[in-house]
Amino acid sequence: MAQSDTWRPSASLEMMRARAEMLGRIREFFDQIGVLEVETPICSHFATTDPAIESFATRYTGPVAAQGTDFYLHTSPEFPMKRLLAAGSGAIYQICKVFRNGELGRRHNPEFTLLEWYRPGFDHFQLMDEMASLVNRLIDIPLQVEQLTYAEAFKHTLALDPHTATIENLRHCAIEQGVPGADELNLDSRDGWLDLLLSQLIEPQLGKSGMTFLYDYPVSQAALARVREGDPPVAERFELYLSGVELANGFHELTDGHEQLQRFKADNRRRQQSQQSLMPMDESLIKALDAGLPSCAGVALGLDRLLMVLTGCDDIRQVLAFDISRA
Amino acid sequence: MMCAAIELFREDDMASYSTNEFKGGLKFMMDGDPCSIIENEFVKPGKGQAFNRVKIRNLKTGRVLEKTFKSGESVEAADVHETDMQYLYNDGEFWHFMDPESFEQVSADKAAVAENAKWLKEQASCMVTLWNGSPIIIEPPKFVVLNVTDTDPGLKGDTSGSGGKPATLETGAVVRVPLFVQIGEAIKVDTRSGEYVSRAKED
Repeated sequence: MAQSDTWRPSASLEMMRARAEMLGRIREFFDQIGVLEVETPICSHFATTDPAIESFATRYTGPVAAQGTDFYLHTSPEFPMKRLLAAGSGAIYQICKVFRNGELGRRHNPEFTLLEWYRPGFDHFQLMDEMASLVNRLIDIPLQVEQLTYAEAFKHTLALDPHTATIENLRHCAIEQGVPGADELNLDSRDGWLDLLLSQLIEPQLGKSGMTFLYDYPVSQAALARVREGDPPVAERFELYLSGVELANGFHELTDGHEQLQRFKADNRRRQQSQQSLMPMDESLIKALDAGLPSCAGVALGLDRLLMVLTGCDDIRQVLAFDISRA
Repeated sequence: MMCAAIELFREDDMASYSTNEFKGGLKFMMDGDPCSIIENEFVKPGKGQAFNRVKIRNLKTGRVLEKTFKSGESVEAADVHETDMQYLYNDGEFWHFMDPESFEQVSADKAAVAENAKWLKEQASCMVTLWNGSPIIIEPPKFVVLNVTDTDPGLKGDTSGSGGKPATLETGAVVRVPLFVQIGEAIKVDTRSGEYVSRAKED
C-alpha cells in the first residue's frame, strides 16, 4: 500500500458495520438476562503481576501529584470489576479497550477490545454454557459445543499427561512431533514447554467443527482461578477456541485474599528471576477479597478475534479501524 | 598477530538482533550459515510464553526451513548485502564480477552461480549477494537479450499443437521459441521463468 494511504482505515466499512452489529447483539444479550453494564478505570495505580503480560506505563502530573505519579494502562478490567462485585454489584459486564505491551502479530494488536463478565453463584461450567449461548446468538447457525479437559487435549493429540510430564518428556515430545527448532529452544519451565505444545500442535486442531472449551488447567497456570483439590489438583480455568483461535479465558474465581496475595508475590519473584520489572500489586483487590468477594465465575473474550473468526479474516488489522501502525 | 587482532575486534563488534527486530528480509546467522527471514509470526497464548515462528531461507543452500524462537532471544546478525555488479568472464572454474563504481572484482563459485550460469552474458549487470565480502548468490537481470545459436531452421518444428521449438542460445541456455525464430536472431527471455518473451528489437 502506498505511503500516502496510511491515513485510511485498515478495516473496511462493512467490517465496521459488522463490529457495530456484534456489539449491539452482545449488549442486547446481557440486557435480556439482567447483567449490568459497567465502566472501570483504564488507568490504575496498580498493574497485573502476571509475568506473561506486560503493562504500558504512563504518568500523571498535576493537582494532588505535583511531582507526578505512575499509572498503568489496564491489561484487563478484572481487578476493579471484582471490587464492584465485592461491593455488591451483582452480575456485571464491561466492553473496553485493554493494552498489552510487546504483543503484535497476525492475531495481536497492543490495544484491543475485551468483553469481560462476572456471574455471582456460577462455576466455570455454568459460565462456559452461558458463553456458548452468547456466541451462538451472534451467528445464524448455532455451533456445536465440545468440552475437553486440558489433560484430555494433551492425551488425545500427544499421548502425554500434562500434569505429570517432566520438562524432558515435553521437550522430547516437541522434537518428535517436529516443532521446528524445538531441539535448540531454551525454555526453563514446564509451563513454557506446555505453552509451546499447546500453541503449536494442539490449538490449531481446536474448534474446527464448533466451539471447543478447554478446562481444568495445571495448577501452575491457575492465574486467578481457584484450585480444586484432587488427583491431580486442577485450576478451575477455561479457554474457548474457535477455528483454532484462542478467544476467551475464564475462571471459577479465586476469592481468598491471602492466597491471591501469595500469587501476586510469587509472580513478582518470577519477574525478578527473569529480570522483568516488578509490578505494584493491587492492594485494593486484596482488601476487596478480604471484605468478601461472592463466589463467582468470570471470563474475558477478545472481541477483535471473535470478529475475525465470525467474518473469516486471518489478520487482526482487517477488523480494526486503525491498527497500531496507523494509530 | 594482525589477523588475530582483527578477529578479536570482529568478535566484540558482532551485531545481534532480538526477536522484536524480526521482519521479512532480515539477515542473520544460523548454524554457521547466513539466512534471510521470509515470514515471521508472533505466537502467544493469552497467559503464556510468547514465541516467534519464523520461515527462513538459508542463503548458501537456498533451502527453506522453519524455526521457533522464544520471544526476546537474540540472534547474530549476518554481514550480508546485495549490490549490482557487472559480469566479466568465466575462467572455467569461477565467474568474475566487477563493482562498476569501485572497479573492485569478486569471483563467484559454481554454488553461488548455480543454475543462473546459463543466463550470464559478458557485460550484463547482475545482483550479487555478498556475505563477508564473498558472493553467495548471483541473480541475472530479469530479462536478457541473447542470440539464438541453434534451432530447427524450418517452420515444421513441433506439430503437436504447443506451437514452439527448442532453441539453444549463445550462453548455452535452451528455451522454447515460436516457429518463426531463426538462428542468428536475438530474443528476449524472462530469466525467472526461463520463457521466451519476444524477438529483440534491432537497434
